[in-house]
Amino acid sequence: MANEDVDHGRRRFLTYTTAAVGGVGVAAAAVPFIKSWEPSARARAAGAPTMADISKIESGQMVRYPWRGVPVFVVNRTQAQVATLKMKDVIDRLRDPDSNETSQQPAYAKNWHRSLKPQWLVMIGICTHLGCVPDYVPKIGPEPFDPDWKSGFFCPCHKSRYDIAGRVYQDVPAPLNMVIPPYHFVDDTHVQIGVNPPGEKS
Amino acid sequence: MAGAIARWFNERAPGLGVMYRKHLTEYYAPKNFNVMYYFGSLAMLVLVNQILTGIFLAMFYKPSALEVFPGTSEAFASVYYIMRDVDWGWLIRYMHTTGASMFFVVVYLHMFRGIMYGSYKRPRELVWILGMLIFLVLMAEAFMGYVLPWGNMSYWGAKVIISLFSAVPVVGETLTHWIMGDFNPGDATLNRFFSLHVVALPMVLLLLVVLHLAALHEVGSNNPDGVEIKKHKNERGIPLDGIPFHPYYTVKDLFGVGVFLLICAFVIFYAPGMGGWFLEHDNYMPANHLVTPAAIKPAWYFTPFYAILRMIPNKELGVLALLLSITLPFLLPWIDRGKVKSVRYRGVLYKWALGLFALSFICLGLLGGEVTHEAIPAIFGPNVDVTTVDNTFGRFWVAVYFGFYLFLWVYTYFGFEKTRPVPERVTTHD
Repeated sequence: MANEDVDHGRRRFLTYTTAAVGGVGVAAAAVPFIKSWEPSARARAAGAPTMADISKIESGQMVRYPWRGVPVFVVNRTQAQVATLKMKDVIDRLRDPDSNETSQQPAYAKNWHRSLKPQWLVMIGICTHLGCVPDYVPKIGPEPFDPDWKSGFFCPCHKSRYDIAGRVYQDVPAPLNMVIPPYHFVDDTHVQIGVNPPGEKS
Repeated sequence: MAGAIARWFNERAPGLGVMYRKHLTEYYAPKNFNVMYYFGSLAMLVLVNQILTGIFLAMFYKPSALEVFPGTSEAFASVYYIMRDVDWGWLIRYMHTTGASMFFVVVYLHMFRGIMYGSYKRPRELVWILGMLIFLVLMAEAFMGYVLPWGNMSYWGAKVIISLFSAVPVVGETLTHWIMGDFNPGDATLNRFFSLHVVALPMVLLLLVVLHLAALHEVGSNNPDGVEIKKHKNERGIPLDGIPFHPYYTVKDLFGVGVFLLICAFVIFYAPGMGGWFLEHDNYMPANHLVTPAAIKPAWYFTPFYAILRMIPNKELGVLALLLSITLPFLLPWIDRGKVKSVRYRGVLYKWALGLFALSFICLGLLGGEVTHEAIPAIFGPNVDVTTVDNTFGRFWVAVYFGFYLFLWVYTYFGFEKTRPVPERVTTHD
């Protein structure tokens, strides 16, 4: 059907506008499919706070509590462990000793012990490199992975090391200190994980 | 009878006969193929095996991370149901798991063949790129398949690989939640991976294989001498150094298939786990999101890339290096400016570089597989700092791996390469 009098400009305009309108339609139709991959209402609702009874945790012991499907480490730090947090040779080897990265802890845990009380560490036990759960290595003394180990957390996946407040060492793959979740002391023996102390914001 | 049937079809669909001739009886392949030319057809064989065994596994497997009894998901339980209660289920599953590893064995050899004989070079760049895309989809397919049993290594492997996306600036965290459909790998993740593993990715894979072959048959196969057989044709337009793919190479490949299946049968019947390389010990435990396996390492076919990630003490740079190590081969046709295809006639330094490149891939594989954690104290004494030695070696081989591409470009772009004369025709013609 050769037609001598074709208006090519008009034909091109119609082709492009049709393609553009069709493209918008395709993009709009893609939205529900892409959105369907987001955490569902059920998954979002599963993120309720966890209550931890800390009365049975002995000095130097760590207990894991699940919260939103992640392990939260609660450590009853010994005085010797707390003392390592202020040692100069530990601080000099850390990436972010003053917890300046605000996304890694609520404002009320941005202090030298990264917690509400120096004795108690409450922390999401997930390595900031690729999400593994680090091991708790409480010993102060030489370890195969660190001849000058001062107690803390060691990730078995890629050998990242953290001190006993979850502050990351230099020269390891993990970029950040481990995350402190929102939490507060309900009384002396109970910690609620997932809720800020009254009047505080995370 | 057979003739009558053929005629019946030919009258109704003449295109079928044309296709048959174009891709089989009148596809002229160089007559000097050597043993390295088995792996393309073997990869096709494994693909058929994966599809066939996969269809049957999907009849018994249940993609659910919900617990059937404390600590064990329905998915994990269904895998052991296949292993223990389904008649011949163990064989079908071991054929599938062994097939997955053998897929990578033949694909890596197939790729190395391509590099060795310059098969990625003009006019076969598109064949190479389609092949690399197949490799990429295969990696995704293998990763998602690995997650399905929902063992502890499945879970943590999924977690680590998905966390790679958190290195994306700004939207990284949201992106990982979007991929998982939850705040951690869970039921939603397993379900969607199952869907992708059994429906979406196999379809893409099959399409890419068809395109890979179509692109190949358009330009014709390369050969160990790297000469174009289409340059010398007889009076009927048939390459002098070409022979019809069928029956010559189908018969040759059939022999290769026999040897290959013998090896596969040995693995399936005597060593399905291959000492923890094909099936990892930690994956015999159900997924536990509170306990990380002592040593997280991916299946062996990802270990070289994983070692590159591990050796770089910075998350973003590590992920970038990992990405680069997989994408650089795509660019080989443009990195390598040399006109000579086959390693037989290339410069001496190229031969050394290629050897070192292959060695770096193997050594990175061993480092990524954490073989070195036992080997290093055995060699250097028990007091050695394993991490330091591991990193030193690892970074050396990372440098060699990336160095190969840099060397190749400098060597060929500035004309440092001293090549030998390439013969006019394949060297084994009569």
